[in-house]
Amino acid sequence: MSSWLYSEKVKDHFMNPRNIMFDDEDFEYDAKGKVGNIKCGDEMVFYLKIDPDTLTITDCRWKTFGCASAIASTSVLSEMIKGMTLEDIYNISNVDIMNELGGLPDNKVHCSVLGDKALQEAVNNYYRGHGMEDKVHDTESRIVCECLNVSEEEIEFAVLEGARNYYQLQEMTKIGTSCGKCEEDARERLAFYLDKHFGVKEID
Amino acid sequence: MRVYIQGITGIRFLSQGDTMHRIYFDHNATTPLHPEVKSAIIESIEVFGNPSSLHEDGRRARILIETAREKVAALINADPEEIMFVGSGSEANNTVLSLVSCSGARCSLHSPADSDLVTSTIEHPCILETSKCLENRGTNVWRVGVDSRGLIKMDDLEQAVSENTSLVSIMMVNNETGAIQDVERALEIAHASGAFFHTDAVQAVGKLPLDVRKLNVDFLTISAHKIYGPKGVGALYVRKGTPFCPLIRGGHQEMGRRAGTENTLGIVGLGRAVELRAEEMDAEAERLAELNRVLREGIESRIENIHFNGDPEHCLHSTLNVSFEGVEGESLLLYLDYEGVEVSTGSACASGSLDPSHVLLEMNLPVEFTHGSLRMSMGRSTTREEVDYVLEVLPGIVKKLRRMSTVYGGER
Repeated sequence: MSSWLYSEKVKDHFMNPRNIMFDDEDFEYDAKGKVGNIKCGDEMVFYLKIDPDTLTITDCRWKTFGCASAIASTSVLSEMIKGMTLEDIYNISNVDIMNELGGLPDNKVHCSVLGDKALQEAVNNYYRGHGMEDKVHDTESRIVCECLNVSEEEIEFAVLEGARNYYQLQEMTKIGTSCGKCEEDARERLAFYLDKHFGVKEID
Repeated sequence: MRVYIQGITGIRFLSQGDTMHRIYFDHNATTPLHPEVKSAIIESIEVFGNPSSLHEDGRRARILIETAREKVAALINADPEEIMFVGSGSEANNTVLSLVSCSGARCSLHSPADSDLVTSTIEHPCILETSKCLENRGTNVWRVGVDSRGLIKMDDLEQAVSENTSLVSIMMVNNETGAIQDVERALEIAHASGAFFHTDAVQAVGKLPLDVRKLNVDFLTISAHKIYGPKGVGALYVRKGTPFCPLIRGGHQEMGRRAGTENTLGIVGLGRAVELRAEEMDAEAERLAELNRVLREGIESRIENIHFNGDPEHCLHSTLNVSFEGVEGESLLLYLDYEGVEVSTGSACASGSLDPSHVLLEMNLPVEFTHGSLRMSMGRSTTREEVDYVLEVLPGIVKKLRRMSTVYGGER
């Protein structure tokens, strides 16, 4: 095939995904994390085998209902995490995954977020199940706009969906369109997620 | 002789020689040029004159355009002066919808009271978005929904059309499902209330027999590239005596209805394309209906938990839209592409937005099916061998994706 929509590495991981959880394999796991929703067209589950002494990931499997970007980014992620400690998992960002994959088209970036969120959910679940609640990273998203109940997570999602400036963020989330007191906070979060996911500043 | 090689999920189909044979099942998106359309364009390629010029070079171009006009008119039983050439089907649709807002006090087209537009929820985006724009400018827009077969509800249409309606615009065949709409009934409803009737017939012209006289339609949209003609050219039928106002102003071309120097070569291509459709469409329809049946029954017998989107009785013979439970459409499309099969999907991920196909959503398809739809649209080059090949590779791909799916295999 001549011009593939994605990089060679994306194509390879899409065509030959690694560490898929097959029902007939009887993979024993210590923790499981699930994110996404079939309604949105993406759903992801991660299964981890964890060494209880070193709190290190020894093996993993995953399943997804998702597009090529979701499959490829989760496949590459599943190779990256073997040997990592559970704390390391919280530091993985989707930029790491994208770098590993050789990039994804902008409108596909949001598909790569699911795998690392499922992974963090699995680690949280492991901590909770083993009496280490204190180590759980709070994934409850902070509310930025109190009037309209817009969370940090929704700002992040809007950025991934194409919001590149405050006006577009407002169009998509209605943030700060009531009392407007949260504007500074919202702009700061917008800049943070633009930098985190795309390495860019606000574009007017 | 056919040549096979080993592909990732099995055998791979090759044509004679070394070039990989691509199986093109996406004719509703666009079609390759008919070889004879290509010849007609090449024959005219040196004709550069401005068709409006009175000299020899200009007249040569003018003759080509008027000959093409006669051919387009002949295909749908119109008079040549009722055919105007435009830049695309989208332009034709925009032109017709722009008439609705033409209700200013100094405009002779419509009285301000007659300002409602009635259309459906499954129209092409060039109708949906234009009608949204009209709405923002103050036009009342009524959008009629469809049933689970993708057929526009005529009872609802009857409710929506009133004496205030100035235009009813209903597509003839839906591009995604191939559902053939009851345009005759819709037209009756429109005319009974004194409204004009437009049909976007881009997916129907040259595939189904069509007679604008018998149908008594006021406006009808045609596109060249859906029927083996070139891109960037279409035609709009405007029935004699129907009020009209140009969308693109500033020139006398196309009887003052569309300014801009004519796309002579494109128009030549469209003319030849419609002529060939008249010769080929009947036999092709019969052949494709049979292939569609083989494809449909083959999928049904080889793959479980699927859903056909649309009803074969009311469906264009060349289109099959089917959803596979637990499988995401873009993944399916790309695996098929890798196996040499080109299709399209209503999946959100393939559209670049988060919304799956508006047409499938309107049909109230369960969510697990909306993201996993494939549209296969066959055409004049489609063979039985290609259908057999698709039936051979598709089950393996669906199985592979279902094995990794959270939805289908379930999670542990």
